Amino acid sequence: MKLAVCIYEGPYNHEASDSAYNFIKAAIVKGHEIRGIFFYHDGVYNVTKLMDPPQDDRHIANRWSELGASGIDIVVCIAAAKRRGIVDDVLVPNVRISGLGQLTMMAIEADRMVIFGD
Amino acid sequence: MSEENKKKIMFTVRKPPHGTIYVYEGLEVKLIMAAYDADISVVFIDDGVYALKAGQDTRELGIKGFEATYGVLVDYEIQKVFVDRKSMEERGLTEDDLLVIGEDEDTEEPIRPKMVDSSEIAAMMAQQHNILSF
Amino acid sequence: MLHTVNKSPFQNSSLESCMRFTQPGDVILLMEDGVYGAVSGTAKAPLVEAALARKVRVCVLGADLKARALNDTIKGTEITDYAGFVDLVAENKIHSWL
Repeated sequence: MKLAVCIYEGPYNHEASDSAYNFIKAAIVKGHEIRGIFFYHDGVYNVTKLMDPPQDDRHIANRWSELGASGIDIVVCIAAAKRRGIVDDVLVPNVRISGLGQLTMMAIEADRMVIFGD
Repeated sequence: MSEENKKKIMFTVRKPPHGTIYVYEGLEVKLIMAAYDADISVVFIDDGVYALKAGQDTRELGIKGFEATYGVLVDYEIQKVFVDRKSMEERGLTEDDLLVIGEDEDTEEPIRPKMVDSSEIAAMMAQQHNILSF
Repeated sequence: MLHTVNKSPFQNSSLESCMRFTQPGDVILLMEDGVYGAVSGTAKAPLVEAALARKVRVCVLGADLKARALNDTIKGTEITDYAGFVDLVAENKIHSWL
């Protein structure tokens, strides 16, 4: 089944990002296709390479980048990102900034869209 | 694409406006998605019904309002706009308290969101391809 | 339909609202702070008990229970993991009660 995931909250501050990550890992193990991951609202902060968490904590941005490296399309909303100072220069590799049209295509093309937020 | 083949996408709005950005940025998604081939509906539940209250004035806050944009939803071809009856009643609101989302092309009568029962909303939800909450 | 609820019922009314829109055969998944709604013997336990009585399945994300040191869940609720969450999504249309 084609699944898409949308994340609305920033990293560390809210469990949404962790829930989404755990869900996606489990979906991949089960053989589902991840049509895309879309970051909206404060979710856009999930993929900045400027984050530098303590060594003994998870590195949320790197985790997303690794999923992107595996071929999953990870999209950051341009309108939400610009508002919050997230631009191409600060993104981790394997994610891209694009428009809400991408969210629309995911909502239309994926069999299920799962939203993680507050 | 014929009406039957369009994917049904529903938006649910359950948060009040202005205290957080969810309603505002959620509206941006609706306007973009309306340009695509999808059968869009929007349902306001719980504090989400406050997003539709007429007469919002955010000037003193210094933040951008969106009442004007909601006022032209119909022009964006978003016509399936519903409010949950119980959420309205709990908050002492009636249909007259709600802003106008457009006007009828022929009669020029104002169009307001349609008040429906939770059972109708539940039935609509079950028919959707995907539901986005804001 | 699958309904996900991620708020404590002591904090806000997401669980209560969600219940109004569930039909017999639907599934509620309690996750994140939503798992507090699954604890037996609390003032909010009747919400989940009423759902179960209406033939609505109530699943609870085990990882969120463990993280919060919760183990006494309401009889009739089903504890699941992320793989189970994925299966619920595959089997049902979903609405997140954010």
